[in-house]
Amino acid sequence: MARDMSDNDILKMELEQLQKEVKNTREPVSKTAKEICEWVEAQAAEDPLIKGVPEDKNPFKEKGGCIIT
Amino acid sequence: MGEMEQMKKEAEALKTQIEAARKAAHDTDMASAASGVAPAPRVQLKTRRTLKGHLAKIYAMHWCTDNRLMVSASQDGKLLIWDSHTGNKVNAVPLKSSWVMTCAYAPSGNLVASGGLDNMCTVYNLKTPVIKTVKELDAHTGYLSCARFLSDTEVLTASGDTTCALWDLETGKQKTVFLNHVGDCMCLSLSPDMNSFVSGACDSLAKLWDIRDGQCKQTFLGHTSDINAISFYPGGNAIITGSDDCTCKMYDLRADQELITYQDAALNSGVTSLALSMSGRLIFAGYDDFNCNIWDSLKGEKVGVLSGHDNRVSCTGVPPDGMCVCTGSWDSFLKIWN
Repeated sequence: MARDMSDNDILKMELEQLQKEVKNTREPVSKTAKEICEWVEAQAAEDPLIKGVPEDKNPFKEKGGCIIT
Repeated sequence: MGEMEQMKKEAEALKTQIEAARKAAHDTDMASAASGVAPAPRVQLKTRRTLKGHLAKIYAMHWCTDNRLMVSASQDGKLLIWDSHTGNKVNAVPLKSSWVMTCAYAPSGNLVASGGLDNMCTVYNLKTPVIKTVKELDAHTGYLSCARFLSDTEVLTASGDTTCALWDLETGKQKTVFLNHVGDCMCLSLSPDMNSFVSGACDSLAKLWDIRDGQCKQTFLGHTSDINAISFYPGGNAIITGSDDCTCKMYDLRADQELITYQDAALNSGVTSLALSMSGRLIFAGYDDFNCNIWDSLKGEKVGVLSGHDNRVSCTGVPPDGMCVCTGSWDSFLKIWN
């Protein structure tokens, strides 16, 4: 736990992590952001909270009203 | 002294290098990438259910994978299992410690878990004739802020002791401890492929972890206060965070940087919780000011608000089929909206 660690140990841990992360590859935002948009747009058509839930298919529609038997 | 100065210098140099690499990858911004996307429609959701039953502040809720049952946790010392379709309570689980901060439903629907200021994660079996405590996961030295089941045999936890942990439910022991944050861990979210998770902490950082090798792979900077809420984007390539700095942010995992900040000059309350609609297009963010604001995740604009609670919105959740959003509040009620 970071609480039990000395300032020296915490600094060492942070340094080791930075040494690892500096090696990460990073893809250009032009590619990654475009793919995020495309994925979301493809799914959004079927997203119930965007397209709305028809009253007769809504399991959460308000209860109440009378049933005539 | 000399050694520490040396390490600080090296750390600063590495941070500068990483910052430069991120800048190099930043050849455009999300606003440009999303310029061709039609704005999301104005979202007006109605309260369909108000679930009354808790007697004190609600701190957490979690949907079952069946899209119908959900578990909520309150400092009245109970977990309640609700049938969201009927609004009825299906089960009540009395807690040994009422200082609960998190609850979770196992994907199988067989188990639920809770934890909080007792520093433990307690797992309950809902399917035995009488609900039984299956395990008390006791090793964290700080409060339990979040728990999530990977299966009926593995649980991930986040703790105020600055670590996250993967537990084996058969032995009750920690298999892996994820140590790299220097502030209380407040939240976690599992990746869709279940191979990694992200955590948010009071050190203002979000971190991506590999579940199997226990390593922190990436660290996301930008927030200026505690990160209270975090969620993987459904596609798995981005994460959304919510913070006491009153903003939410989207971080792109492959570009390794922040893409958008969701903020409004009029908003000066911390973000307590967040949930995404099924496509990821909408972010439902709960705030200390009693509202849940709805953001268009691609355009960065506010497209709606859920008002109705009389106190802080402490938790939000969208079921896997995306058919509604649930908000839970310190006013002791849960509301279901669509």
